[in-house]
Amino acid sequence: LKVLFKNREVLLAFIVAAIVLAVGIRAPVFLTGESLVNVVTDTCFLFMLTLAQMAIILTRGIDLSVAANLALTGMAVALVSRAMPGVPLGFIILLAVVIGAALGSINGALVAFVGIPPIVVTLGTLAIFRGLIFLLAGGEWLTSKDMSAAFLSFPHANLVGIPSLIWIAALVIAAFWILYRHTQFGRGLYAIGGNPVAARYCGINIPRQQFIVYTIAGAVSGLCGYLWVARFGIAFVDNAQGYELTIIAACVIGGVSIAGGIGTVSGALLGALFLGVIVNALPVINVSPFWQMLISGFVILAAVIVNARSERPIGKLILASARKLERPT
Amino acid sequence: MSDTQRYQVLDRAPFNLASYLLRWESILVMLLAAVIIINTAISPYFLDIYNLSDATFNFSEKAIIALSMALLIITREIDLSVAANIAVCSLVMGLLSQMGFGTPILVIAGLAVGATAGAVNGALVTWFRLPSIVVTIGTMSLFRGIAQVVLGDQALTKYPSSLTSFGQGYIWPGIPIPNSFALFLVLACIFGFVLHRTVIGRQIFAIGHNPTAARFSGIKVEKIRFWLFVLIGTMAGLAAVLLTGRIGSTRPNIALGWELEIVTMVILGGISIAGGTGTILGLVLSVFILGLTIFGLSLVNIPGIEIAILIGLLLIISIAIPIITAKWRGRT
Repeated sequence: LKVLFKNREVLLAFIVAAIVLAVGIRAPVFLTGESLVNVVTDTCFLFMLTLAQMAIILTRGIDLSVAANLALTGMAVALVSRAMPGVPLGFIILLAVVIGAALGSINGALVAFVGIPPIVVTLGTLAIFRGLIFLLAGGEWLTSKDMSAAFLSFPHANLVGIPSLIWIAALVIAAFWILYRHTQFGRGLYAIGGNPVAARYCGINIPRQQFIVYTIAGAVSGLCGYLWVARFGIAFVDNAQGYELTIIAACVIGGVSIAGGIGTVSGALLGALFLGVIVNALPVINVSPFWQMLISGFVILAAVIVNARSERPIGKLILASARKLERPT
Repeated sequence: MSDTQRYQVLDRAPFNLASYLLRWESILVMLLAAVIIINTAISPYFLDIYNLSDATFNFSEKAIIALSMALLIITREIDLSVAANIAVCSLVMGLLSQMGFGTPILVIAGLAVGATAGAVNGALVTWFRLPSIVVTIGTMSLFRGIAQVVLGDQALTKYPSSLTSFGQGYIWPGIPIPNSFALFLVLACIFGFVLHRTVIGRQIFAIGHNPTAARFSGIKVEKIRFWLFVLIGTMAGLAAVLLTGRIGSTRPNIALGWELEIVTMVILGGISIAGGTGTILGLVLSVFILGLTIFGLSLVNIPGIEIAILIGLLLIISIAIPIITAKWRGRT
């Protein structure tokens, strides 16, 4: 049992389960099937975006522009839907993925081929994307009355009793799981983060991998962009403002190391689920939603401290003073 | 010949006009000149001493934090919690003010809370050896969360008039230099002196270049990093005093998003995110470039969100050009 608890995914799963049960005791309505499905549906965006962000963090990068990309793509498809209400839904979704991927590939090209640090690139594109939303829409807010019924109803539609949003998230999660666990490309990401020099000598094309990773993250953001706008029925400049930090927080809680090379799909998913449960549980037990930020701050700090302990290298250090220096920067 | 030649290390690099002109600071000076010329051309109200002095209100507080952010980034660390720190400082000042304390207590409280919050970051980073970007994303959420929990959707607006007149005021009646701007200039001189002319400054650069080598040269790496976090917390406290005085109210979303604007200032100033390089002069120039660009464009009624596009482009292009030219030179 001790071994089981040492595994962080198992531990995290227990913590999430404990929170759900504790909230359930206070307010039994939280434990009904409908309410739990609702929690998962709400967290779907975080699931998908966290897995995409994890790919980037594995390669020692970071993407601060995902939420801005989401908002920009969402606005773009909402405008298309208003201009051409008859456009088939499949085309809208495809368009969202393509726009998102194109925006992501800008980040990818600047990071991989020009060699600018990822945090600088995505800080810049974050500002640019947000500004472009304003230019694109001329400062307008698009609300549900501007969008066609088919456009709006898709995320709410049920398939075999489960919302389509969950089906899409499940597909994306499965794709990421296969990518990380069972493809040469995915294993290469861990190699790049673990030791870029060694990865290079193993014949891994690092710039190409980086470019693809940022493009994938962009595509996922684009897909979420459409789903977000359709689910909440609004597209405006500040959509999903600050969500990039929630996504990174979910990665950190899930045990993805910001220094690169460490992270699992199940860990990242549980990290996202943890934040999703907290957001949804607070109103149920009559705690003001203002507590949410404070709690997630505590959890992030606790998670990084736990991570740092488990990541400490096993090798023996000769100089005691050198121990202070091996902190990942 | 070669065995008689002494191995020599020059104290100073030989003078070279081309490399002098290609220095980052020289490029920034040209950029600043371009900004001033373009702005003067498009608006007759730009080169007005009173307009310009009012414009400094909008960037002085951020610039004060950017000074200490520069030192932190030179040592390969970063602090994303500064804006949230301002919210906490402003919150404490607001609560004390409601209890009837006077301006001196409020100022001391603001600075002390800022320094404490900085010490929390510093302790987490140096004692637990955690990456600062993650720690400060966590404390950002924590600090902002404290402000949200205490304030909810309320705002604190009761402040003594001496505090507001300090935040909005000028150094001397009739001289159009705001207090906050004067403070920034004085601090810039102090930071520049410490960074470029003292042992501590050299140690900061040494840590950024190679922390391991710095440690083996006897530099107390972790100690310096810790105190730099305390310093940036104190600067956030100072900015909170100025900002709270200027706008005369405290809301949970005060200074929201400033951390990214401050980091943009620092990076555009030529301070490498990888650590070890940069000057305070470059930072001051970039503060002026950004401040005057935003001011000039808002004079001709371009909305702030569109200016953000320009700032983002400026950031990426200004970092990309040196990298591309270096690659191109290496090839030929």
